[in-house]
Amino acid sequence: MSEILKIEHLHKKFEDFEVLSDINLSIKKGETIVIVGPSGCGKSTLLRCINGLEDIDEGEVSLEGEAVNPAPKNAAGRRKIGMVFQSYELFPHKTILENVLLAPMKVQKRDRKEATEEALSLLDRVGLASRKDSYPRQLSGGQKQRVAIVRALMMHPEVLLFDEVTAALDPEMVREVLDVILDLAKQKRTMLIVTHEMSFAKAIADRVLFLDGGTIVEDSDPNAFFEAPKTERAKKFLQTFEFGS
Amino acid sequence: MGFEVIFKGKNLIRLLAGLGVAMKISLISVAISIAAGLLLGMLMSMKKPVIGALMRVYLEIVRIKPQMVLLFIVFFGFTKMTGSNISAEASSIIVFSFWGTAEMADLVRGCFISIPVIQYESSKALGLSRLQTYVYVIIPQIVRRLIPLSINLITRMIKTTSLIMMIGIVEVLKVGQQIIEANRKSAPNAAFGVFAAIFLLYFLACWPISCFSKYLEKKWAN
Repeated sequence: MSEILKIEHLHKKFEDFEVLSDINLSIKKGETIVIVGPSGCGKSTLLRCINGLEDIDEGEVSLEGEAVNPAPKNAAGRRKIGMVFQSYELFPHKTILENVLLAPMKVQKRDRKEATEEALSLLDRVGLASRKDSYPRQLSGGQKQRVAIVRALMMHPEVLLFDEVTAALDPEMVREVLDVILDLAKQKRTMLIVTHEMSFAKAIADRVLFLDGGTIVEDSDPNAFFEAPKTERAKKFLQTFEFGS
Repeated sequence: MGFEVIFKGKNLIRLLAGLGVAMKISLISVAISIAAGLLLGMLMSMKKPVIGALMRVYLEIVRIKPQMVLLFIVFFGFTKMTGSNISAEASSIIVFSFWGTAEMADLVRGCFISIPVIQYESSKALGLSRLQTYVYVIIPQIVRRLIPLSINLITRMIKTTSLIMMIGIVEVLKVGQQIIEANRKSAPNAAFGVFAAIFLLYFLACWPISCFSKYLEKKWAN
């Protein structure tokens, strides 16, 4: 499979604190990558650097050979990278359907009828077609997050970023969102997922990245990582998820 | 009770015309305040220190000074000082806009900072330009939050126009006083009836605005 996303020597500082130092990463088309690590290790910042929400201090992120961060003048690159946030961030004044249609119609200038058809079929796929005229506040957290995923998919992104998308959800809603992501993995979409759901990570990942102190400490396949992590830091991190040991 | 005075001669029409004067001045000022307030409020929310400091001073001046003092400064003081001839009506529009803009800008600023940063970020992540983000995402949310707050300000501005008779404008309250004076002999109780009628007129002027705001709130609350 061919390389789609490349990160070279990425450095990111907040004031004097180096959040990410010398990140190098090559991602192949169709790969599902799960990023884990203790809080504050720079996982979310890495995602934000990939789609240009954060400026980077050194290095380059490129998508299919084209630089996306530092970004060239046109924002076209960003549209090819979709992102789903922890707090869903639907637009509260718009219905579900309007939320999903806004960017395709205003940014991509797509035809309303054609975009609506796609939106309804995607909403149907996540079980929410019947809620198309509801407003975000009438939906549960899990439902909102599924809509947010559809909204990102509508832009036909080459790469999807998930930033702790289940962290704000009640436990019984986590599953419905993870199922949607699992479905996307089966479709061989390229995804980078930051999560604290270790069993989900194990089930979905093609590759696991363990980030600590702003560097990639381990980059391995999920079985190797979860069964026999190479470093002490990863072992310690994984132990925090186990009780009674 | 003095109500009969209201229907004597052209009194009712005169009262309504007085209300018209008050409404004209307040609504023109409200329109100016909304437009200028939106603009200044947006500037304030940009967190530029110099603009912020200037706006702070402006806002405090408006808050500290009673509207009547402002009216006197503009109508008596400013005209004398510059030798210009600003009409009473223009003076009151200047003062009411000066006041309304400051308060409106502060409301707008409050609404702007109440929109979470991540709403901008999720718009950006979807590829919306800065302008599109404002037009389709941020401003519609601002307007929804702003309506109930600004209705309060608008009704306050309408009510405060009762001060403009102090610089010689014959608005509804002044008309009322004239009617009472003119009928002092024939209807010594006119004061109650006339002021009650004015009370009702102010209510009729402000009530539809408040109804409209309730309607919008309901429509947007779903």
